[in-house]
Amino acid sequence: MAAVGPSVFLLMVNGQVESAQFPEHDDLYCKYCFVYGHDWAPTAGLEEGISQITSKSHDVRHSLVWNFPIDVTFKSTNPFGWPQIVLSVYGPDVFGNDVVRGYGAVHVPFSPGSWFMGRRPEYTDPKVVAQGEGREVTRVRSQGFVTLLFNVVTKDMRKLGYDTGPADMLRVEGQGLTHGLPQ
Amino acid sequence: MDPKEEKMKIITEEVMENDEDADAGREKTAKAHRPRRKRQLRTAGPAEMVSGRADLGGPQEAAPEDPDPNTQLLGVSARRGPRSLPPIPSASRTGFAEFSMRERMREKLQAARSKAESALLQEMPTPRPRRLRGPGEKDLETEFGTEPGGGTQRTPREDDPQAHARVKFRDSARKIKSKPPVPPGFPSAEEAYNFFTFSFDPEPEESEEKTKVRSRDGANQEEEEGEGEEPPVRGANETDEEELLRGKDAEDFLLGLDPAAEDLVAVRPADYDGARVRLQKEKELLFTPSRLTVPTYKKLPENVQPRFLEDEGLYVGTRPAVPRTTQNIVENRLLMQDPDRKWFGDDGRILALPNPIKPFPARPPALTQGQGVNAELETLYKKAVRYVHRSQHMIGSGDPPGNFQLDIDISGLIFTHHPCFSREHVLAAKLAQLYDQYLARRQRNKAKFLSDKLQALRNAVQTGLDPAKTQKSIDITQKAINEYKSEIRQTRKLRDVEQEKDRTLLKTIIKVWKEMKSLREFQRFTNTPLKLVLRKEKVDQKADAEAYEAEIQAEVSELLEELSEEHEQRMEEYRAAYQQWKAWKKAQRAKKKKKKHAAEEHPEEEGEEPLPGEGPVKPVPPEPPSGAVLEQQVRERAARSRRRPGEPTLVPELTLAGSVTPNDQCPRVEVLRREDVKRRSVYLKVIFNGKEVSRTEVRPLGADFRVHFGQIFNLQIVNWPESLTLQVYETVGHSGTTLLAEVFLPIPESTVVSGRAPTEEVEFSSTQHVTLDHEGVGSGVPFSFEADGSNQLILMTSGKVSNSVAWAIGENGIPLIPPLSQQSIGFRSALKRADAISSIGASGLTDMKKLAKWAAESKLDPNDPSNGPLMQLISVATSGESYVPGFFRLEQLQQEFNFVSDEELNRSKRFRLLHLRSQEVPEFRNYKQIPAYDREIMEKVFQDYEKRLRDRNVIETKDHVDGHRAVVAKYLQQVRESVLNRFLIAKRHFLLTDLIVEEEVPNISSEGSGILGLSLFKLAEQKRPLRPRRKGRKKVTAQNLSDGDIKLLVNIIRAYDIPVRKPAAGKFQQPARSSRTFGEKRAASPPAHSSPAPSADYPLGQVLVRPFVEVSFQRTICHTTTAEGPNPSWNEELELPFRAPNGDYSMTSLQSVKDDVFINIFDEVLYDISEDDRERGSGTHTRIERHWLGCVKIPFSTIYFQARIDGTFKIDIPPVLLGYSKERSVILERGFDPVRSLSEGSYITLFITIEPQLVPGEPVREKFDSQEDEKLLQATEKFQAECALKFPNRQCPATVLDLSGKTVFVTRYLKPLNPPPELLEAHPNNPQATAELVARYVSLIPFLPDSVSFAGICDLWSTSDQFLDLLAGDEEEHAVLLCNYFLSLGKKAWLVMGNAIPEGPTAYVLTREQSHYLIWNPCSGHFYAQFDTFCPLKSVGCLIGPDNIWFNIQRYDSPLRINFDVTKPKLWKSFFSRSLPYPGLSSVQPEELVYQGSDKAAAAELQDRIEKILKEKIMDWRPRHLTRWNRYCTSTLRHFLPLLEASRGAGVEDDHRAELLRQLGDYRFSGFPLHMPYSELKPLIEAVYSTGVHNIDVPSVEFALAVYVHPYPKNVLSVWIYVASLIRNR
Repeated sequence: MAAVGPSVFLLMVNGQVESAQFPEHDDLYCKYCFVYGHDWAPTAGLEEGISQITSKSHDVRHSLVWNFPIDVTFKSTNPFGWPQIVLSVYGPDVFGNDVVRGYGAVHVPFSPGSWFMGRRPEYTDPKVVAQGEGREVTRVRSQGFVTLLFNVVTKDMRKLGYDTGPADMLRVEGQGLTHGLPQ
Repeated sequence: MDPKEEKMKIITEEVMENDEDADAGREKTAKAHRPRRKRQLRTAGPAEMVSGRADLGGPQEAAPEDPDPNTQLLGVSARRGPRSLPPIPSASRTGFAEFSMRERMREKLQAARSKAESALLQEMPTPRPRRLRGPGEKDLETEFGTEPGGGTQRTPREDDPQAHARVKFRDSARKIKSKPPVPPGFPSAEEAYNFFTFSFDPEPEESEEKTKVRSRDGANQEEEEGEGEEPPVRGANETDEEELLRGKDAEDFLLGLDPAAEDLVAVRPADYDGARVRLQKEKELLFTPSRLTVPTYKKLPENVQPRFLEDEGLYVGTRPAVPRTTQNIVENRLLMQDPDRKWFGDDGRILALPNPIKPFPARPPALTQGQGVNAELETLYKKAVRYVHRSQHMIGSGDPPGNFQLDIDISGLIFTHHPCFSREHVLAAKLAQLYDQYLARRQRNKAKFLSDKLQALRNAVQTGLDPAKTQKSIDITQKAINEYKSEIRQTRKLRDVEQEKDRTLLKTIIKVWKEMKSLREFQRFTNTPLKLVLRKEKVDQKADAEAYEAEIQAEVSELLEELSEEHEQRMEEYRAAYQQWKAWKKAQRAKKKKKKHAAEEHPEEEGEEPLPGEGPVKPVPPEPPSGAVLEQQVRERAARSRRRPGEPTLVPELTLAGSVTPNDQCPRVEVLRREDVKRRSVYLKVIFNGKEVSRTEVRPLGADFRVHFGQIFNLQIVNWPESLTLQVYETVGHSGTTLLAEVFLPIPESTVVSGRAPTEEVEFSSTQHVTLDHEGVGSGVPFSFEADGSNQLILMTSGKVSNSVAWAIGENGIPLIPPLSQQSIGFRSALKRADAISSIGASGLTDMKKLAKWAAESKLDPNDPSNGPLMQLISVATSGESYVPGFFRLEQLQQEFNFVSDEELNRSKRFRLLHLRSQEVPEFRNYKQIPAYDREIMEKVFQDYEKRLRDRNVIETKDHVDGHRAVVAKYLQQVRESVLNRFLIAKRHFLLTDLIVEEEVPNISSEGSGILGLSLFKLAEQKRPLRPRRKGRKKVTAQNLSDGDIKLLVNIIRAYDIPVRKPAAGKFQQPARSSRTFGEKRAASPPAHSSPAPSADYPLGQVLVRPFVEVSFQRTICHTTTAEGPNPSWNEELELPFRAPNGDYSMTSLQSVKDDVFINIFDEVLYDISEDDRERGSGTHTRIERHWLGCVKIPFSTIYFQARIDGTFKIDIPPVLLGYSKERSVILERGFDPVRSLSEGSYITLFITIEPQLVPGEPVREKFDSQEDEKLLQATEKFQAECALKFPNRQCPATVLDLSGKTVFVTRYLKPLNPPPELLEAHPNNPQATAELVARYVSLIPFLPDSVSFAGICDLWSTSDQFLDLLAGDEEEHAVLLCNYFLSLGKKAWLVMGNAIPEGPTAYVLTREQSHYLIWNPCSGHFYAQFDTFCPLKSVGCLIGPDNIWFNIQRYDSPLRINFDVTKPKLWKSFFSRSLPYPGLSSVQPEELVYQGSDKAAAAELQDRIEKILKEKIMDWRPRHLTRWNRYCTSTLRHFLPLLEASRGAGVEDDHRAELLRQLGDYRFSGFPLHMPYSELKPLIEAVYSTGVHNIDVPSVEFALAVYVHPYPKNVLSVWIYVASLIRNR
């Protein structure tokens, strides 16, 4: 079978959760995880991660810089269920409790999408933001955004008949938005 | 320092390195300059970065002239952007090295050469790098010419090779003549140079030859010259090219070669023939075509007259202009070469296409000369222009307005009728009109054209008919002649019509003129200057008459011929008819013919005359009379339409030479009229696209009713013109303006530009009615020329506007026309364009066929260029390129979008797999990694699914040993599917709480603390309190789990009353006594639960029992440590992993997990296997055996729904446990001895939970259909709400769902139903025994939780008959059936809804005996007294009877602490009460249950099969050991099992043991009977496996296995399995 050609293609994603803009909050950390379809399987790297706590920069930008690396490799037979990264940002509230400050999801190469969530309530499963089912019962509002940087390398996609553009190497800078207050 | 600058520095320094490389070994003088240069470079770098133009100018211009690659490299690197460092390739360094090597060689050569040659060598290209120059020096490089001057500033060595290269080279060419001879075959450098630079003078020999040639024919000269000249030149060319390819370096080396090769070549003078000889030779070879005209006969086939197509009226086009002599020469040559004459046409001329030269030049305007070369080379800066894509009608706003211009020239206006016309004017206008018509006709002269054509056709026919002249095949000519003839006929008719029209027109003109003259005479004044002069042209009367006569004769003869043909044709017809007729009536023939002959004179009839005579008819006889008639007719017609012979030709000429009578001589009315005319003035408005854009000046109306405007309007337009209108306004005095008419002007073609547009006259007319009180005739009103007012005329105001519309031409000669793309597409203009098809669109195409038809019918001349586009259009349209279907198709592109056909798509396995997965078909719901290719998908993937689909209605008995149960399973499956589908949608409804974890906002008013209180409380909270409180675990939804995430935690705390061993094997002689001893002891012993029995009783000093617990779940086994004694305490936590089926951790999947948790209690027995007593001192050899004592089985679904299971459970101990007996350590409840005795057995305390805690599926929040009364349903809701408010944890199902998913009131399920009669007959006198038997029967019906069958969606209640048919159900069904049986037995019985362990919410049955209540577990058949502490029922929610529901409103819900007296409303809240009386609900249960008798044969068969299968299984589980079956023991056990069934496992132990001992005295026997209701094979196998009997690996072990299936009515089967292992005692 191997002589015929590859039966899976690989998607290597590395990059970083660079920084965030949350005008109302400070001392945040973020968690990320990947949501992907049935035909996808991670082969290397970390599917989930939790970053350090960062404080606002003292210049006018007030950005929260994490520079938290992402590195994961998937294999798949089907572009359906293309991996999405789900970010959830947490930080302490007035009482010092960790509360969620926002959620965001974005597909790995392009297709920016954004979903956001309230202050006290939390999704039972942060991966919900990458799915459509059941979202109609929630109402969210954006309160900040996170900048992500992806370096994406694919292998054998073309051989399997999926043409993803002029080159198989893409460098995408995407933005996943986060955060909201309950409505 | 600026980073850019730094980078530049790096670049330059690197370049400097290269410099040093290159300069190694050079003169030291150069070194002296280096520091200075370096400094220059540093300053130059940034400066060049800044000034872009200079930067570009320097290196670019220098590069092409400089042969040194080094400078180019530098130029490139200097131009690089600041970001990327210039890559200076290592290759270039080696290049430098090579170069310097070469140069050193060259220097040696140079030394060897003479001084004269030194100049040449100096100008050789040196590899000296070009340096960047300072900004001040830059301008020197920008121009070619100025460089040498600037070069003097620097070292002359550097400049010389670059600047003076050309000059020096030329000098050296002169000098080199003194060089040593060059080896032959290789041209010297001089030769090479000369070849490229010198313009060759003609060589003397050639010029000589030329003069000679010139003396001959001039036409021959040039060819000759070319031939003679070429070969030597080419030769030189080739050799030189070869040489040049080697490059200049090679040349350098060659210069130094030894010229010894000269000897190899001989030199000879060129061959020469005398001029005369040569001419002689040439004469043989050469031919000089003559310049003289070739006579036509030579060019045509013999005896063929030239035929001129043009004369026949065909379009032939103009030939290209070729000088006559050239044509003659070509013709002569062609005649010489090609005797076939195929190059000549019918007219004897060379075939030629029409002149392709366009009438106007298309060459772009020549560039203005003057500034010289430099000016032309100069690049101009042009700002980038954004291209604006224009829409159809709007010209983009990016274009400056007035980019397009339409020039409208309005020259004047003539009224053909005006209200102020006098009668004379009317006539004058008529005359003018007629005269115009005449002029137009005369210009076309159609009559003449047709006459000529007729003549030509006649000639053609004449020549065709002449047999002498025709050489071609007669068929063709005949056909052609026929065509000619019909053509002649047509043409003649047309000509006659035209001639007649001409003549009539002429007559009318004369008539009108006469009328006018008479009118003038009558009114005695003249209003118009019109004057008609008829000019007579004399003709030669004789010739004219002859022509006239000849014409008539020709016509007559033609007509005759036509008629004769016609006649012939009719004759044919007639003959056929005649033959028929003749056969019919011969007799009457003669008479009839004669009559007809007498009556008719017509030729047609005449033909019939000779028919009675049998000879062939000759058409000749009837001709002479008809010929005369014909001639007469022709002459008449000629007289009408043609000029008579000799009559002079009349040529009318209309002039304005006449004088108009002045005003004073006119009558008053006329003067009034003239004054009225003077008061009138006219102007025009120009309306463009419906908007007025300009108007002409107001001009007075002239006396001749002409207005001259002569104005040109330049419309600078933005929109593409859609309409262009002129409005004619007339003002009378100062009274006002009236709109006379609108004139619509056509939009000009894009080819029509100013200056070339013809002036056109566009007619208009008005509908206005004007009546005037003077001589003017008015408009729209009747008037007459006659005095009596007869012959009235009504004339409307009308006129002509002469105008021209054209596109303006811009300054540069480009027409200011909007691009074609935005022009509105009209059919007419589209025809003119090549891409007509695309622009016309489908609607135009549909007309295409008609157009082609019309073109064919009208015989358009396809050769005429004016028809060209039309013909092309037709040919394209009809060639099928653009096929217009005769139907309309919706979604016409659907086919194109289907990239693969539907069948192929369905055939794709991958697509199918994806499709099934997306449909959530159970088999594929969690299929991961669907392969990318079809070929990688195994066919077997679908097999199960396909099989299931196939077998949906086929009952399969293989898996189900029993036929009936197979049916049931199938039915259950189908019910499950239908229910699943029903609830699938409801399941998709999410609530906020499903998705979001939100802590409830603390309510200030609620008990506890508000927000503030809470936070304060939290602050005060201790971090690690001394008495920690239990915190609820966080629940996890199942969706994000995977294998290994879920663990089952089993906490085994302690056990009570474990059976203890009987004396060991050696002491088997008194088993009965020992047993009895224990029995006595049991009776006597005080409650002593903690301490094990004294070990003193045991001779071997062994403990009574060493139990341990083994938990097996999903074939994973964990066990505790071994404890000692019958009441062991383990307190151990076991952790077992959980795997969901198919890796699907969704709620539905988890709910339907059917796996059970087996908690087995074993006794660990150590056997000393030391065979030799002597070894005892040194080592121990023991073998551990484990003996199964009992088990507790808890379904996973129970754990899942309960989240945790905590309690003491009764251990399922087989009725016979050989080698063990119960040592009772009874816990006595005070005062309830009789009841207590019922619950004897062993117990185990457990705590089971799942980590992490899973959220069980919630009941479907959906209202279902119901057939209940609406009032009742409302009451139900109210009742339930009230109950839930008071005791939210007590369940109270007032309504339940039946199997069809409808809501049913719960009491309808309860109704007395008859138990199987067999059971009633068994103990006719013992109601208690009967009740127990019935309970046992009910418990034998297999238990299957609804959550399993219906995937946990809901709890469905089936009626008792459905339950018995299905033979599967959960607690409710069992309880309902049992309750109904009890009711039918006459007991007072209720359904108890409550919580039990381990089931959780469940249904039990409560019966009221004489003095006490009994609680029955319907699933196990056991019953408990109300106060039995081991009763599994832990709480009571409500009681349900056949006619009411009572909700427990007592403070406690434990059965131990409540009062079951439902009549007390303070304790029990009843549903139906006085306010809502029981309406008498009918039952959903059947009237009566029908039981088939038990099928003993089937049971026996099933028994054998089960036994066989189990034996195979046991052998499978022991793959490494031999499994021997002790048949003797098996048969003993088999006999024993029915006894067990009969006694339901009670009281047979001792007898059995004795029997076994008697028979198997030599064996150590360990075994037990298992009892189960029969549902499927799998639970049986699991149960046997869980006992671990097969785990014994003693080599000599033997096994015994017996199965007994006892049939009960309705196919309820009780299965007994006796498993035993036997070890022979030595």
